[in-house]
Formats: sequence, C-alpha cells, structure tokens
Amino acid sequence: MSLLEVKNLKKSFGDNVVLKDISFNVEKGEVLSIIGPSGSGKSTLLRCITDLETEDSGEINFDGTFGLVFQNFNLFPHHSVMKNIVNAPIRVQKRDKDEVYAHARDLLKKMGLSDKEDAYPSELSGGQQQRVSIARALCMDPDILFFDEPTSALDPELTGEILQVIKDLAAEHMTMVIVTHEMNFARNVSDNIIFMDGGVIVEEGSPEEVFSSDNQRMKDFLGKFYE
Amino acid sequence: MLLSKILEELLWGMGTSIEIFLLTLLFSIPLGLAVAAGRMSSFKPLQWIMKAYISIMRGTPLMLQLIVVFFGPYYIFGMTLSRDFRMVAVIIAFTINYAAYFAEIFRGGIESIPNGQYEAAQVLGYNRLETFFIIVLPQVVKIVLPSITNEVITLVKDTSLSFVLAIPEMFTVAKQIAAAEASISALLIAGGFYYLFNALVAFVMERFEKRLDYYDT
Repeated sequence: MSLLEVKNLKKSFGDNVVLKDISFNVEKGEVLSIIGPSGSGKSTLLRCITDLETEDSGEINFDGTFGLVFQNFNLFPHHSVMKNIVNAPIRVQKRDKDEVYAHARDLLKKMGLSDKEDAYPSELSGGQQQRVSIARALCMDPDILFFDEPTSALDPELTGEILQVIKDLAAEHMTMVIVTHEMNFARNVSDNIIFMDGGVIVEEGSPEEVFSSDNQRMKDFLGKFYE
Repeated sequence: MLLSKILEELLWGMGTSIEIFLLTLLFSIPLGLAVAAGRMSSFKPLQWIMKAYISIMRGTPLMLQLIVVFFGPYYIFGMTLSRDFRMVAVIIAFTINYAAYFAEIFRGGIESIPNGQYEAAQVLGYNRLETFFIIVLPQVVKIVLPSITNEVITLVKDTSLSFVLAIPEMFTVAKQIAAAEASISALLIAGGFYYLFNALVAFVMERFEKRLDYYDT
C-alpha cells in the first residue's frame, strides 16, 4: 500500500472548479514534484492533503504525520529560532525535552544555522528563515514532507540554498511532495513529476517521461521555460 | 484650610481614584477580550449584539452611563439599593465602557495577525486554544500595547467623572474643598496629582513596550 493515496479529489471555490478529479499515489521514500501554471490547482491540492482546505469529495488516505513548508515560511516572529522548532514537538507531541532539543540542534547544524538558535526570525534572511521552517517541519519527525512553492518568495541566490537542502533530504530518502516552479530542480530531484493544468493531471511519470511528453499543453508550458 | 490638610484629603481621594482605576482595568481587559471574541464570532446574532453594545458604549457619554447604571435599577425596576451600591455602579459603568474600547483594540490586533500564523500552528498540531494563547495573543499584545496605553491614560482622567455619583475620589474632594474655600488651589493641586499619576502610568507602559521590543514582526 502506498504511503499517501489521493483518489478522485474534487474541490471548488464557489463556481470556480479548482480540482476536477485528482488521483495519485506517493510511495515511501519517493520525491514527487507537482508543476504547472499558476491557478492550475497545485497549491489547493496540497492544502487539501494537509487539511488547510476541505475537499468537496474524494478520498485522501494517509496514516502518519506530515510537515508542510510554506512559501512565506510562516515562522512565529515572537519565538526564537529554537523555540519555533522545539515548541510543537514538546507541547503537542509530548516528546522528551532533551531529545527534542538534541534533534533540533542536529537539524540546525544540517541547515548551517547552528549559531542562530537564539535569533528571532526577523533577524534572518529569507533563505535562513526558510531553512528554519524546514527544520521546524522535520523536528516533528514527519513521514512525509510537503513543500508549497518553497522558493517563490526568495531571490535566485537564496533559492539555490533551499533547493540544496531539499536535494540533501532527497538523498536521505525523505518522502517529499514539492509544488514548485523550478523546472530544472524538479527534473533533477524528483522520482516522479505530476503536471497539472486547469485542475486536472495532464501528465505524470518520471522526469524523463514528463519532460519529453508529446502532450501539447505540457510542451507549451515547458517551452516557456526553455525560451 | 491648611495646605497639609488639603493634601491629606486629596491623597485620600486619590486612593479611591486608584481603586476605581485598578478595578476597572482588572475587569475591563478580560471582558474586552471576550467582547472582541464575540464580535468576531461566526455566530451572527452574537456578532450583532456585540456590535450594538460597542456602538452604544462608544456613542454615549460615560457620565450618562454612570448615571444610568446607578439610577437605572431604581427608575426602571423600582429596586432600592443602598448607598454602598454607588462604588459598585461606578466600577460596572467604567468596566462596560472601557471593555467596549478595549474590544475594538483587541479586534484590530487579532485581525492583523496573518492567516499564515494560524495555518502554521494548525499544521504543527496546536489546537485552537493553544494557537490563540501561544501564537496569536502574544503577538497581539505587542501590536495593541500603544493603543492600550492611550486608553489607560484616558481612564486615569475619566475616574474624575465619578464625581457625578458623589464618590469621594480625588476630583470630588477637590471640588468640595474648592467650593468651601472659594479657591481654585485644591483643583490645581488635584490636576498636578493626575499628571503625576499619568506620568507613572506612561512610564510603566513604556517599560512593558520595551520588554516586547525583543522581536520585530
């Protein structure tokens, strides 16, 4: 059985049908990227899976914990970097304090932010904030990590450092679902890619399959990136 | 009357002023938070009631509200209340009046917290109560503190309105002395005391604001 199964998912906002019948699976250890033009429903799909939106119909089968990394980081500005990371595992998951702090320090080291434990989010660059938010999500020991356009709020220089972090996680076989506009990155890091347009999955498969697709919409979309 | 006697009586009155001030803050801030919650509730009737309540409290004179709270039970319901009820009436009137202002300040603060904060909290598994008290409220306090300071300073001066119910607070006392002595000096001294009281309030509130300066949004 797959780690995550999405079956016939449908979602509308008023008259606007955003998701028209989405089905896909994610296996343990898989890195899946969801690409497509703005308004194609990618983010809504992620928000339905993570319970930030309620689907109109369909099934989401997932038994475990997940983390979500937001486009705008959404760190808590009044908490230090450390507290941002450890507070939920300690308060919500009721885990051992020492274990959580040790885990958080490990993660911060991995993110190259060991010296920022006591800093506040506003004192960090966008790239650093996003790395903290990834550490925050990872400290919950998620079975699956979702990314909602994690680099869209960052300039190109900072984008690279976030993509590198995600690549490192992929190398550790973290299960990830990444909504992104970074085509080259999606191609390099993903096991599978879903291309969405107009609320439906137009194309899905390995990066090679998707990027060499004969589907006209897929070709038009990729064409814009290679021009 | 000797100056020392005047000062002594004014300071006695100031004790009552401080009592009104502290009790009003103690009750009106939590009530304001509750009213703000009702005002933002998705349950429409509750929303309307809170809206009407805030509108009336802010739209009519506080002095009138003091009179209505004290005399209302007698004229409307025919209840006879002891003179001790005066102080209770003052606290009730001040509390419900200031709660309306605080409610609007809190509402503004709560609504300025970005939705992403709630979403991040939800994804991390915080329940609604934890989200409010751990994530939202501490940020709201920082945002609303300057507006709260304004209201608190106004409250110090507004306590003088209780003279209308002949509560022996500082302004009432000063007026009585001024009338008896046919001199304005007691009132001027009272003015000086109000000023010092507020200087202290401003100092304390500034310290609170500084303590919350440790982060930027």
